[in-house]
Amino acid sequence: MARLAIGLTAVTVVFFVAALTLGPAPIGPVESLHALIAGDEGPLTLVMREIRLPRATLAVMVGASLGLAGAAMQGYLRNPLAEPGLIGVSGSAALGAVIAIQTGLATSMALGLPAMALIGALVGVTLVMALAGPRGSSLTLILAGIAISALAAALTSLVLNLSPNPFAANEIVFWMMGSLADRSMTHVWIALPFMGVGWAMLATLGRGLDALTLGEDAAGAMGISLKRLRLTLVLGTASVVGAATAVAGAIGFVGLVVPHILRPLVGAQPSRLLWASAICGATMVLAADIAVRLILPERDLKLGVVTAIVGAPLFLHLIYKTRRQLA
Amino acid sequence: MLDGYALSISDLMRSSSIAAILSLAGMLAVPALADDLPKRVVSMNLCTDQLAMMLAAPGQLLSVSYLATDPRGSAMAEKAKSYQINRGLAEEIYLLRPDLVVAGSFSTRATVDMLKRLDIPVAVFEPAYGLGEVRDRLREMGEVLGREEAANALIADYDYHLGSLLEEAGHRPRAALYYANGYTSGDRTLAGQILFAAGFENVAVEAGYSTGGILPLEVLAMLEPEALITGRRYSGTSRSEEILDHPVVQTLRADGTNGAISDRDWICGTPYVLRAIKELGTLHREMVED
Repeated sequence: MARLAIGLTAVTVVFFVAALTLGPAPIGPVESLHALIAGDEGPLTLVMREIRLPRATLAVMVGASLGLAGAAMQGYLRNPLAEPGLIGVSGSAALGAVIAIQTGLATSMALGLPAMALIGALVGVTLVMALAGPRGSSLTLILAGIAISALAAALTSLVLNLSPNPFAANEIVFWMMGSLADRSMTHVWIALPFMGVGWAMLATLGRGLDALTLGEDAAGAMGISLKRLRLTLVLGTASVVGAATAVAGAIGFVGLVVPHILRPLVGAQPSRLLWASAICGATMVLAADIAVRLILPERDLKLGVVTAIVGAPLFLHLIYKTRRQLA
Repeated sequence: MLDGYALSISDLMRSSSIAAILSLAGMLAVPALADDLPKRVVSMNLCTDQLAMMLAAPGQLLSVSYLATDPRGSAMAEKAKSYQINRGLAEEIYLLRPDLVVAGSFSTRATVDMLKRLDIPVAVFEPAYGLGEVRDRLREMGEVLGREEAANALIADYDYHLGSLLEEAGHRPRAALYYANGYTSGDRTLAGQILFAAGFENVAVEAGYSTGGILPLEVLAMLEPEALITGRRYSGTSRSEEILDHPVVQTLRADGTNGAISDRDWICGTPYVLRAIKELGTLHREMVED
């Protein structure tokens, strides 16, 4: 397992450095890293420290959050289709964030934006968990997710349409597809506290999720409190997904694809899947963000477009595999 | 007649009470409309609204779009309030029983198609992509309204004032136009030509932008413009305008000159672009004299 951890981390580091050195402005890799570390008053240092560093850092944070949240939800519901973006948690978080921005809460309170996104995510995840039930059958989970996503997206559109600002109405695309373009260190700092707390909460779930693979009764016999497990999961997921959505919009499929790829590598053990998914989620978002910058730099391609192109076929594949359970 | 227009354009550059004088000139020109001219004209695009308001004979123009009454985007917001307001919906336009509808080529295409099916004559106007095209739009509007004479007078006057405004640019400071969402305008746009006419070099051209497009923030930073000209904020908040507060943009502002433009004089190809050139020319002179 140590080798897997080192391997996954090494890949993430490579992508992180690549994300720092690639961009629409033609700057050599050595030159750019030197400007980042040594620093002077020139525009190069400004670009590296105020544009590329926050962007790459946020990609790691957002990716790790989504990967971790996906792995945790799938472990708890014992269902490979549970993913924050697909079941409406990200959408609800986006609604919370949009309300924070449009009411001015985001500007009047330092952490108003992520806090409102967290509340939105909390409502979304609570609703989904309540509707899907403790065993989380695929059918109810997906149907509940569709309903919550649709409602959250509609209300987000409504809030943006009611805004007096002519640009607001077009921002629905950002909230539904996500982007890391033009973020700054401010966004790193407002997301970090919520993500840090959420990561810590989700990281404690390993033992409980492992026990849960034996069934609820067995887990209870092993001294796992299911109530507490669920509460930690709900709060942790809302915290990381809320913060991620507040700064980057709703990015789907990361929490679906990453645990799916890693599950065979970790011997399908949920506790290992948690950390592995966090590391690999960071790599996936870094890779997607490099892709949007290289493919169409002037078009402001959204991150969710790339992750959906990768993730949606896999989602269909998973539905195909579990269709007997669905029927 | 010509004097009337000359007066109105000078007036336009000082204040915005051009409208009254223009319609006064209109009354003098055509006391009664000839039979074959449109008498119930409806405009459904911000730019055609303003062109029509400038050129129509009294009573000829019936309705303008709601955008024309918004002072942020319309240079003739006050004047627009004296017309019926439409929101570009086929139903309301049809009920106005127009004998001519003027529309923009990018706006409300479905409505235009439906009006054509209902046998209502529709004149579609392209947006102006340059200062020269302001002339073409005025001429076209003059033709469809049967007001060629008024249009020609306005064109002559526009040319005269444009000529006197063009900066004899010895030193051209490098400027960037930067709007919400990181959008910029190259040299083959109206905004780009206003910038050039006011004596600036456009950095977007250096980066290969001839039309409009999104200029990545890091490309802007590497270009190091001497002047940063941004759009004015609209009320309410939006993520799109947040980019104008990005630390990089703030640094560029702190290091160089910066100006803000008023959308109403920049959006449409009307003689009001002269006011935009004049305002920006002031900024240019301040920079060159420093």
